[in-house]
Amino acid sequence: MLQLNQIHKVFNEGTPDEKTALDSIDLTMKKGDFITVIGSNGAGKSTLMNIISGVMLPDIGAIYLDNKNISLLSEYRRAKMIGRVFQDPMAGTSPSMTIEENLAMAYSRNKNRTLRKGVTRQRKEMFREVLESLHLGLENRLNAKVGLLSGGERQALSLLMATFTEPSILLLDEHTAALDPARAELITNLTKEIVKKYNLTTLMVTHNMQQALDLGNRLIMMDKGQIILTVDEEQKKKLTIEQLLNEFQRIRGAKMTNDRALLT
Amino acid sequence: MTTAIFGAFESGIIYAIMALGVYLSFRVLDFPDLTVDGSFVTGAAVAAMMIVSGANPFIATLLALVAGFIAGCLTGILHTFGKINALLSGILMMIALYSINLRIMGKSNVPLLNTETALSHVRDAWDKTGLDNIFNSLLTAVGLGDSLPRTWGILIFMIIVTFAIKLLTDRFLQTEIGLALRATGDNKRMIRSLSANTNFLVILGLGLANAMVAFSGALIAQQGGFADVGMGIGMIIIGLASVIIGEAIFGTKTIARTTLAVIGGAIIYRIVVTLALRVEFLEPGDMKLITATIVIIALILPKIIHKSRENKRKAKRIASVKASEYIKGESDASIKSNP
Repeated sequence: MLQLNQIHKVFNEGTPDEKTALDSIDLTMKKGDFITVIGSNGAGKSTLMNIISGVMLPDIGAIYLDNKNISLLSEYRRAKMIGRVFQDPMAGTSPSMTIEENLAMAYSRNKNRTLRKGVTRQRKEMFREVLESLHLGLENRLNAKVGLLSGGERQALSLLMATFTEPSILLLDEHTAALDPARAELITNLTKEIVKKYNLTTLMVTHNMQQALDLGNRLIMMDKGQIILTVDEEQKKKLTIEQLLNEFQRIRGAKMTNDRALLT
Repeated sequence: MTTAIFGAFESGIIYAIMALGVYLSFRVLDFPDLTVDGSFVTGAAVAAMMIVSGANPFIATLLALVAGFIAGCLTGILHTFGKINALLSGILMMIALYSINLRIMGKSNVPLLNTETALSHVRDAWDKTGLDNIFNSLLTAVGLGDSLPRTWGILIFMIIVTFAIKLLTDRFLQTEIGLALRATGDNKRMIRSLSANTNFLVILGLGLANAMVAFSGALIAQQGGFADVGMGIGMIIIGLASVIIGEAIFGTKTIARTTLAVIGGAIIYRIVVTLALRVEFLEPGDMKLITATIVIIALILPKIIHKSRENKRKAKRIASVKASEYIKGESDASIKSNP
């Protein structure tokens, strides 16, 4: 499904600020895998997301998606196969356009955009149907501008827009971190539901260890640009936060210093 | 007086096409595109030169549109592939076009009087129908017989053309490509993550915007009877004035409503300028100053109105709170005095 081979990425190379963001990352995901990624700030989690989605190109290494080498493909071409939800609830939708227009844009993701009408009666029916799965009543507000929605509603819509065309891989970049606990739980539950419904191959970055343990079938821990721990399906079921922290201490010889990672 | 307003209305509806172009780049794409000052003249120059050299004026006008499209695309390429700041790429293109326009015309002014233009064709065709007499007798009947326009044909033709462009724009902005174009102006990161090529969309949007601007320039040259290398100076501000005035007066609820507002804004702007120039101490040279003043007022006035409304609401709330406290205070006092 997704395969990363020896990915290296260095920022500010040759200057005093040189920083190795990713250091020989190898990762293979099978169809239907749901991997949660944890690690402290600066571990390279976001860079990993950006490399997969094509916002950045790796210095060395190859990326394969569906057995196709996509290492040099530009971001918008990869986006046909990759769904993404950002941390910022404002980032995934277009505020001055209506809910149905936003969904229409997401619907065109894996097709060629033409001069046909974006919102047709037939599509409207389909949009209404997928919106019902959010249980937020948005299906009755198809003509409302997205800018009028709350942060939680917008993030739910972003999640739907990223997923309902069933991309080959779904990238979630701390997509509940900017929401209050109740909204975050709502989005977490929706994520579970949607990923299960479409059987999506998912990579989720999170700072919330409990969430990392609750969701997904595999877990990886990153630090200083490397994957320092991989937990497979069987181990993950028994894993606790305590064990994770101890494991980190054992590997790195230091306590995990990031408070946010400990907030569970 | 009425004749002047009639003339203002007629040119207003032609300038409205330019304003729609500015709306597309400035509002939809969120791109402050100064190419407009140059591409307006490019349209006029291409049309004028072709008409003078004997080409069909309708084809000349359409080719002016193509020239504007190319100019806009070049600005877009400077911005996207050259990674030049939006304002600067527009200014660079505008300056470059000044020389190009001079080259096209070969001199700084090309007169079109006594030549057959698209608009004179329309006027001739209209005159044959004899509909002018009906309109004029109607006006005479309501007591405006002393200020009859030269012809109704151009006005009606231009209303049809401008509205056709408005409807096409509305329609285009609802298509799959149009939606992606709007999102490019609204949230680039998001629409890229939905597999849209934002570079292409910026170039396309600026191309279309400047195509409209050049088309308008070509028609203005034919209406005014000349193309001049300086006729585009300040055009972007005139376009912006139309957009802002229109939006403030007619609202922006939907796309169709907004494009209608822009057309209305362009006409109102022309009428305001015409009226302003009738004031004794103002000269035609003051026009740019008047334009700048109108834009400044249109930008500031809505904010002042909004603020004063808010203050009124606040004052009301404070008054009502005080009133309820006063009542409460009275009842407190009565409780105290009772025992």
